[in-house]
Amino acid sequence: MTTAEQHAAAPETYPAHFEPPRGPLWRLVFGPGLVRGAWMGALFFGLATLLVLGLRWWWSWSPVWDTEIVLAVAGMVALPVGFLAGIGAFDYWLYYLAGRPTRPEDHSGHGARSWRDYFRVNTDHKVIGIQYLVTTFVFFAIGGLFAMLFRAELAEPGLQFVDSQTFNGLVSVHATLMIFLFIIPAFAGIANFVVPLMLGAPDMAFPRLNALSFWLLPIAGIMFVASFLAPGGAFGAGWTGYAPLAEGQPLGQTFFNMGVQWAGASSIMTALNFLVTIITMRAPGMTFWRLPLLVWANFTTSLLVVIATPFIAGSQFFVMFDRIMHTSFFTPEGGGYVLGYQHIFWFYSHPAVYIMMLPGFGIVSEVISTMARKPIFGYRLMALSLIGILVLGFSVWAHHMFVAGMADWLRVPMMITTLLIAVPTGIKVFSWVATLWRGRIHLTTPMLFALGFVTMFVIGGLSGIYLGSVPIDIHASDTYFVVAHIHYVLFGGSVFTIFAGIYYWFPKMTGRMYDERLGKLHFWLTFVSFNVTFFPMHYVGLRGMPRRVFDYAEAFGDLNLVISIASFVLGASFVVFVYNIVLAWVRGPVAGANPWRAHTLEWQVSSPPPIFNFDEIPQVVAGPYEYGVPGARHAVLSPARATQEAHA
Amino acid sequence: MRKGIVQLVALAVAIAVPVTLVAVLFQWLPDSASEEFDRIQDVYWLATVISIVIFSLVSAIVVFSVWKWRVRPDDDADGPPIHGHTGLEIVWTAIPAALVVTIGIVSAVVLARNGEAGNRPLEVEAVGQQFAWKFVYRDYGDLTAGELVLPVGRETRFTMRSVDVIHSFWVPNFGQKMDAVPGIETKILVTPKRTGTFAVVCAELCGLGHATMRAPARVVSQAEFERWIEERKGT
Repeated sequence: MTTAEQHAAAPETYPAHFEPPRGPLWRLVFGPGLVRGAWMGALFFGLATLLVLGLRWWWSWSPVWDTEIVLAVAGMVALPVGFLAGIGAFDYWLYYLAGRPTRPEDHSGHGARSWRDYFRVNTDHKVIGIQYLVTTFVFFAIGGLFAMLFRAELAEPGLQFVDSQTFNGLVSVHATLMIFLFIIPAFAGIANFVVPLMLGAPDMAFPRLNALSFWLLPIAGIMFVASFLAPGGAFGAGWTGYAPLAEGQPLGQTFFNMGVQWAGASSIMTALNFLVTIITMRAPGMTFWRLPLLVWANFTTSLLVVIATPFIAGSQFFVMFDRIMHTSFFTPEGGGYVLGYQHIFWFYSHPAVYIMMLPGFGIVSEVISTMARKPIFGYRLMALSLIGILVLGFSVWAHHMFVAGMADWLRVPMMITTLLIAVPTGIKVFSWVATLWRGRIHLTTPMLFALGFVTMFVIGGLSGIYLGSVPIDIHASDTYFVVAHIHYVLFGGSVFTIFAGIYYWFPKMTGRMYDERLGKLHFWLTFVSFNVTFFPMHYVGLRGMPRRVFDYAEAFGDLNLVISIASFVLGASFVVFVYNIVLAWVRGPVAGANPWRAHTLEWQVSSPPPIFNFDEIPQVVAGPYEYGVPGARHAVLSPARATQEAHA
Repeated sequence: MRKGIVQLVALAVAIAVPVTLVAVLFQWLPDSASEEFDRIQDVYWLATVISIVIFSLVSAIVVFSVWKWRVRPDDDADGPPIHGHTGLEIVWTAIPAALVVTIGIVSAVVLARNGEAGNRPLEVEAVGQQFAWKFVYRDYGDLTAGELVLPVGRETRFTMRSVDVIHSFWVPNFGQKMDAVPGIETKILVTPKRTGTFAVVCAELCGLGHATMRAPARVVSQAEFERWIEERKGT
């Protein structure tokens, strides 16, 4: 029996789970899982608290109890580590370190046989992909609720519902969740599910690391949300957390400083995993010029993540050190340099915009090509423009600082590089619309979202030209114009592509089909309310309304009311999505292996795919988008018999 | 094919007209009260014209394609296998590049002109402190006021300082903005061109009272300005 055949037969012949030789109660308490996670988290928290108090007492520091330090060390470092150890994220490595048998061929933690397997450390990239997506959509809902809360506050001038620290907290946590707990990891979730399949690989290169990267994510998310419980309220210095404002914030700011570390570590690990997977685990014949553009997009995104993310980690550590260790990286009184924070922060956070956009470009390329039944127009230039954005993306960070008081001479070069990014981005937009030209267009829900993305992203890109031009930016920066711009890029852009991706791969992930009518209703509700919410923000911004204010001039009252009402409709449109998806997941019609008649490899296996993806290693023979070429195939698989048999 | 192109152009125009009306009929920018803002508005209009053309073109192609080439769900044919067109790809690389370089050059010229201080500008220090502005007139014995009063037509050089966190000095009608950063001094020039009452707004999140950190800004005649100085000195 070959390995592939063994894998194909996996669900039946493998021992379902490795079972320790003790009773069920012993296993519940001491076996890897959420119960052990809970008590080990508590145990680590207690030990670390004692360590902190002991050391402070020994060195006669006063006071011995300092809530912020105890929380930072015990609550935000030790507790998560204990939790991760408890759920079993480190079991294999610890066994290995201790010289105990590591059971390399035990696949007990791989694949999902019941819903419980989604709540465990699981090494199957498909399970992890779904873990990512469900988690991120939960945080999307929470972040959206926060947005509606502060939109309620902003419906009329003056302060009505919340106090000003809560308002700043809501704004900051909203942005933080949407960026670190939704857009970035939702793309990682889609890619986790799809990329190994597209490559013809059985899994990611490092499945255990993959599992660990997922479990870091809820830790970060809970930390951000829990900051509301901290004395003094949630962190309120914006998601940008500029020093020195962040250094004078109440305790909640430390939750941000540390939450970013966990989310960032998760990103970096995933990105490394993607890089190694894409470089080393391509099926025979899958050259770089035959990679689907989603893979190209995640390859470039991963490079951005690996290079840039350590910078935000550093910036947040420095702020935290200033806060709790009384260093002065960013406090001028101690010789610190205030603008240093912004340079380090944006050196990550501008590339982060592309981290939040390039995977979406990949998704849209897949959807448009498949739904227009045409090869992607200018495939190589599409891939090269991703590289162009990657390289240019590192040379534009200071365009966030045109009015920050940085060196004057930096402004014009940064403006030129910023404007030049319009060139590779323009290539992509024009290639998508050229792909539509003379196609046979199926206007399905994913296609609607993809086309909605193209038009909305153009608006976001064009307002980016205004902000890229230094003189206009001097007027428009820090206003609602910027808020409008980022939402056209990140909502009309990224979120639309995430929806496109979810609808497109939903049949592959679940084996079931969502309801097209509800999908279209979701799209049109979202599309219209999105525009009514965010388009007027350009106007109020240019007219003089700064961002991040709970109160504003009377003149902006009417438009803000319109914006607030539209934002509630936008929130309601999400309910349609959840209803559609949950219902389809539970009892939607069976979708079949390839409902879109797409050519890429993930559609050549059953839906959902077998536990190790491919019964035999596929042989890639041509590009991924050979629509309309008679007899063309992307890859040759031996008849998919085993696949279908195993999952019949 | 020819007919298709004509239809496409007509559609693009049909999109461009209402978009242009939205851009022109609403007053998107505050009334300019400074020479600097006049120049900024020139760049703004250049960017707006380019934006309208590009948006209309792209959205017209999307709408046109869907209108022309949409098929029924049960259609299982493929489109023509067009993989690309080198000439076209060169065109849509070169034209946007030329456009953005144009915007870049115009912006750089405007930025340079807005940054040129003439002879002896009026020196005013703007000091940000949670949550109020303070203005120090260096030419008049460090006279200090909580409102900003400027003589019309006289170039003024602001030097921004902050005593606590970052603030941002912005008068929407002047179109000029600069952060006040603790530990360093930053500068910006404003040449008020008409009299009137405006508002100094803090544009950088600076804490609990950020939304209320405002100060009046009055542009008055030279004579009135001197009278105001004398009054302030007397008190």
